[in-house]
Amino acid sequence: MRTALTIARRELGGYFATPVAWVFIVIFLLLQGALTFNLGQFFDRNQADLAPFFEFLPWVFVLLVPAITMRLWAEERRLGTIELLLTLPVGRGAAVVGKFLAAWAFCAIALALTFPFVITVNVLGSPDNGVIAAGYVGGLLLAGAFLAIGAAISAVTKNQVIAFVLSVAVCFLFAASSFPLVTDFLGRNAPVLVGIAGRLSVFARFDTFTRGVIEARDVIFFASFIGFWLFVNTLVVELRKAD
Amino acid sequence: MSALIEIEGLTKRFGSFTAVDHVSFSVARGEVLGFLGPNGAGKTTTMRMLAGFITPSEGTARIAGHDVQDDALAARRALGFLPEGAPSYPEMTVEGFLRFVAAIRGYRGGEAAARVEHALGLTALAPVRMQGIDTLSKGFRRRVGLAQALLHDPPVLVLDEPTDGLDPNQKHEVRALITRMAPSKAIVISTHILEEVEAVCTRAIIIATGRVVADATPSELARQHPSGELEDVFRALTAAPAKAA
Repeated sequence: MRTALTIARRELGGYFATPVAWVFIVIFLLLQGALTFNLGQFFDRNQADLAPFFEFLPWVFVLLVPAITMRLWAEERRLGTIELLLTLPVGRGAAVVGKFLAAWAFCAIALALTFPFVITVNVLGSPDNGVIAAGYVGGLLLAGAFLAIGAAISAVTKNQVIAFVLSVAVCFLFAASSFPLVTDFLGRNAPVLVGIAGRLSVFARFDTFTRGVIEARDVIFFASFIGFWLFVNTLVVELRKAD
Repeated sequence: MSALIEIEGLTKRFGSFTAVDHVSFSVARGEVLGFLGPNGAGKTTTMRMLAGFITPSEGTARIAGHDVQDDALAARRALGFLPEGAPSYPEMTVEGFLRFVAAIRGYRGGEAAARVEHALGLTALAPVRMQGIDTLSKGFRRRVGLAQALLHDPPVLVLDEPTDGLDPNQKHEVRALITRMAPSKAIVISTHILEEVEAVCTRAIIIATGRVVADATPSELARQHPSGELEDVFRALTAAPAKAA
């Protein structure tokens, strides 16, 4: 665990040592602001809540979270530092968890910087801050799910662009799996999969949080989802370490 | 005394291509083994298997008695490894990078600082300690890789081309450093520079197309050719299998 935290610290420092972190945070906040205030009609709704904010958050995550994870392993491969990292006395699992934690902490920072939305809505009205808090918890778990996917995919390639595009695609799959577009298609072609696809939809799970409900089964879902992808990540690192 | 590095029948196949073919040798404390061979002979692959980075197709490797596959963490704790090309994180400072390695190796607080100081001193990196690694020249980066490998004073050192890219003065210093450390360690260095083998190595192994073709002291090897030059022996031993293949 200690080595995982050491790796996480180094990795998090790496984000802020390059412009990547600042570009990400600025774009994330701009996008989230524009979508919430303009498309989401934050003011016209005359309701003191952050529903428009949480409505767009998952889509922004689908697009931007893979930008956080694309470098995690691909960059190590490209620089050759993966050979250094994996020949230090570090368990594969600790390396995988460390990198994931760094990316997650980074997401948490970006999410925390959306605090002006919370202040705004509290100044303008009296929202249910419990619902907002639940939404943030859900947002963090959703980010974790996408980060775990992205990190595993990043371990497959040394090309960051490929890692990014593949991660967006896979995140989108898990995002959209409860949408009529997908369920109708599955209903026609493979009815058995409809239920499974719906259950695996991270968006549907996230929705529960934005309504202010934190259910144990949803938390367990996200935890197992993240755990599964970290396990895949460890396998990929072990099997493809020297490729 | 038992050997600190023991390699038995180590083999690596990539598809139908055999990169390393049943290589066996052992290195005892006090020995400096020069690992020689043409490009593509399997030097780096062998070293990577020894460091636990590549999983062997066959055979075993042990470092200080620990199998590099079955007891990987213990083996890696006893190992200082300089990978090919001396990779390090470009966005970090020299000191930051070494502190990271020290933390990974389990050093904390004052002891970590002392280890980093010691490694900086051994490799003459103190003047650039606060510089970003991406701003350093090739020779400095190589020394950063070396500092990282020496930081925990390991009993076993595996160095893939430690003097590549260094200027003659720096080469001399690194050789002197290796010679100084030799009595207490088992050291393997790969190199293309044959004079280096004569200068620092107590033993030399030549591999060609994945097989060990010679294993002797540098002076014994040199005597195998009428000219008494190591270079002629090297060419005689390694050019022939290449032609046959």
